[in-house]
Formats: sequence, C-alpha cells, structure tokens
Amino acid sequence: MNGLEKLWTYITQYQFVQYALIVGVLIALCSSLLGATLVLKRFSFIGDGLSHVAFGAIAIATVLRLSNDMLLVMPVTILCAILLLHVGQKTKVRGDAAIAMLSVGALALGYLLMNIFPVSSNVAGDVCSTLFGSTSILTISTAEMWLCVGMSVLVIAVFVVFYNKIFAVTFDESFATATGTRAGLYNLLISVLIAVIVVLAMDLVGSLLISALVVFPALSAMRVFKSFRSVIICSAVVSVSCAVIGILVSILADTPVGSTIVAADILAFIGFCAAGAITCRK
Amino acid sequence: MALLTCRGLSLGYDGKSVVDGLDFSVNSGDYLCIVGENGSGKSTLMKTILHLRQPISGTIEFGDGLKSSEIGYLPQQTVVQKDFPASVREIVLSGCLNRCGLRPFYTKREKLMAAENMSRLGISELAGACYRELSGGQQQRVLLARALCATGKLLLLDEPTAGLDPVVTTELYELIARLNRESGITIIMITHDIAAAEKYASHVLHICHEPLFFGTAADYFRSEIGCLYVAMNGGERG
Repeated sequence: MNGLEKLWTYITQYQFVQYALIVGVLIALCSSLLGATLVLKRFSFIGDGLSHVAFGAIAIATVLRLSNDMLLVMPVTILCAILLLHVGQKTKVRGDAAIAMLSVGALALGYLLMNIFPVSSNVAGDVCSTLFGSTSILTISTAEMWLCVGMSVLVIAVFVVFYNKIFAVTFDESFATATGTRAGLYNLLISVLIAVIVVLAMDLVGSLLISALVVFPALSAMRVFKSFRSVIICSAVVSVSCAVIGILVSILADTPVGSTIVAADILAFIGFCAAGAITCRK
Repeated sequence: MALLTCRGLSLGYDGKSVVDGLDFSVNSGDYLCIVGENGSGKSTLMKTILHLRQPISGTIEFGDGLKSSEIGYLPQQTVVQKDFPASVREIVLSGCLNRCGLRPFYTKREKLMAAENMSRLGISELAGACYRELSGGQQQRVLLARALCATGKLLLLDEPTAGLDPVVTTELYELIARLNRESGITIIMITHDIAAAEKYASHVLHICHEPLFFGTAADYFRSEIGCLYVAMNGGERG
C-alpha cells in the first residue's frame, strides 16, 4: 500500500512524472499504430535501422552544438526512411541488407564522432543515455513535451485519415496499384510516419529499443485478434498500458525506463501467445 | 468499339523484350484465356494491362467508357497474405477504394456493395471470419468479391485455381463462368488448365514470346497449334 501511495504522490506532485506519462502514452500509441503494417510488410527491422540513423544524426547535432537537435535529426531520419522504403526496393541492395548497412554505418560513425569531438567529460554516459534512453524521458522540458504532443497528434490524425488506404497497400500492393491507388505515395507516407515515430520514441526508450515498441504490441495483438481494425486497436491498448506500467514501475523500483517498458511488452506478448494458443484449441 | 485493344505491344524487363508484336482486342462479354508455357510473358502482359509496368512499345486502349482504374484483378496470392490478420469484410471492402478518391472513409453505399458481392459469391456468412483461417477456395472467393467491388466490367485473373483441389477448382470455374454469362463481365484469364480453356473460353490467346494464335476458342482447338498444345498438356487434363 505504501508503494501505491508513494506513486500517487509522485503523479500528483511532480511535473516531470506527469510529462513522462503524457509523452510516454502518446509515443506508445503512435508506435503501435504502424506496428502491424510494418510487421506485415516484413519491415520489422526498419524501426531499428532508422533509430541507429537517428543516433548518428544526434551525434552530429551534439558535435555541432545545435541547441535543438530535432531540427537536424528529424529531416535526416525521414530522408533515410524514404531511401529505405521507397527507393531501396528498386535498387540492387535490397530491403534487409540496405537497412543493415545504413544502420550499422550510422551507429559506428555516430560513436566515432562523439569520441573524436567530445562535448562533455562523460562520453560513455551520453552514448548510453542515447542508446537506452535511461533518463531523458524524466528530464523532458515543457517545450519538448508540447512538440511531442503536436507530432503525435499529427501522426495519429494522418493514420486515421489514410487508414483504409494503408490497409489496402499493406494487404495487396499490386491490386491497390492496379485499381488506381497510388501505392508508391502511401509507402512514402508510411516511411515518413515511421521516421517521425522513431525520432519521438528515442526519448522514451532510447534508440536500441525502439523496434520493441513497434513490434511487440502488434505481434501480441496478431496472436489473438482476427481483423485488421481489432489488431490495431488492441496493439494500441497493449502498447499504452505497457508504457504506463513501465514508467510507473521504473519510478518506484528505480530501473531504466526504456528497458522496463520493453520488459512489460515482452510479458504482454507471452500472455497473448498463451491466450492465442487457448482460443485456437477451442 | 472493343473494351480493350492492344496494338503492336512489346513487353519486357530492363529493355529486353519477352513478348513482341501483340495485336488483339477484347470485346464486352468475351471470355479470353491466355495460354502458353511458363515464362512466355503471360503475367507480364497482364501486369501491363493493369498499368503495373510500362510496355516497351505499342499501345493499350480502353473503350466503352472503361477507366483504367475500373479493372478487377485477381492476383496470385502473396506470402504476406498467408498470415494476414484481416476479416473477410475488410478485404472485400478494400476493393471499393478506387471509388473513394481522397475521401478517407467508405460510404453506406460502398458497404452495401461489398455485402452484395459477398452474397453473390456465397461468402456472406464468412464476413467476420479471419482471412488466414479460410481454405484456399474460400480465399479466392474473397479476392474475387474484392475484384467485383472494383469493377462491373472487366476481370483479370492470374491462374485463379493454382493450388486448389479439383472439386473447388470446378466450383470456381463455374462461378467465373456465371459472372461472365449472367452479369456480362468480361473475363481475361491466364491458365495452364487447357481443359478449362476448352470448356469455358470464347477466345484464346496463345503466346510464346510472340503471339502464336489469337481467335475464337472453337478455331483454336481445331488449329494445328491448338491441337499440339492440347496434346502436350494432355497429362494435366483432369
């Protein structure tokens, strides 16, 4: 009981906890929306690849001492997403290989840059924080929170408006193209959305763990639910609950936020697997 | 005027042609079967008619007020679709997307149309079922219902019976023939099943890197090339 009271005091008293919860819920919601599409299009690793690109971009922004690194990180990540999803399919280096190349390259160059031009005395700490998002969600400023709210609302609005088109393009790209839907355009839209989500989610879970946020809720929902709409709604619910639980547990138990959220996602996935196995047997 | 006219069509990949000199036309109500060996350019021709790829040279014209986005298409199944979590209703409804334009949601009329096409193909009771849990024959009916939502005039089918058992194959052929006969929907079908072509088709196009035959089915099965092809594929006749 003591723990719950402590938690309630935290939520009502401390602004940073409130901010963390707001941002956490919104990011979890956004990342789960596109999860199903990416898993079904066999692009599960794109979140991972893009987050490494974003890490590289953050390293450059840090070295250049930019006051708002979002201005550099967002465009670079969007550009890479377009390259990977849109152009990448037509070139000789295909899908997974292109993602592997770009992501590992960006990771290595980013780390190299941060070590050659150190801006603080604790490079290892900076890198760890960017990779695993250890504390950044708890140190978010009011301006950053509003930026995150704005971007999340935009992502959700775009997703809702283009929901039917995204479904058609995910299920059967050639049929959609043949009947006059501009599949290329919607693939582009999907890649831009995922880039925005990755950049937003870096603060929450850090760049190494973003894929988990994208993939686990969708895979959990797909175990149990049978229509696309219910899969999307369920993965949103799973993702948001896991984010809230993860943030609260991490504050109480003093664990890293990102990995706690992902641990909650893994538990949810195991639960849904069991539920799926039971419903199948009936 | 013909529904679809191809003139001097050359098709291929990366500038290398696979088929040359295609000249044929399809009239409203025809049932055209495209036959030929694997790799002879049948699927490439279908993809070109659907604007999924550009011809190297030649033209494809649509007549009778047919818009290029009003073609129903039954593609071969992809790996992605095998474990796709979508209900039958969602998939059939997605065939109406070409009517939406920029409008984000489906109207009542489109939902009604999807329901009508589902009952037309006898899959109404499956509307809430999950696509990946259906049998191969049921999945093809779902995709056919989706194609009917996209068109009332022209259906393109790429080996619709691949992987189906003989009973279901016959059912699907009968269904397609009924759509052709009763609703006047023009059919263009790629098939390896020469017996089905003989039974259902009104016209046959036989290609093998160049058109070997185009004409009515009756003429084809009397022609030398037709008899030879039937004899070669005799083992497959069920």
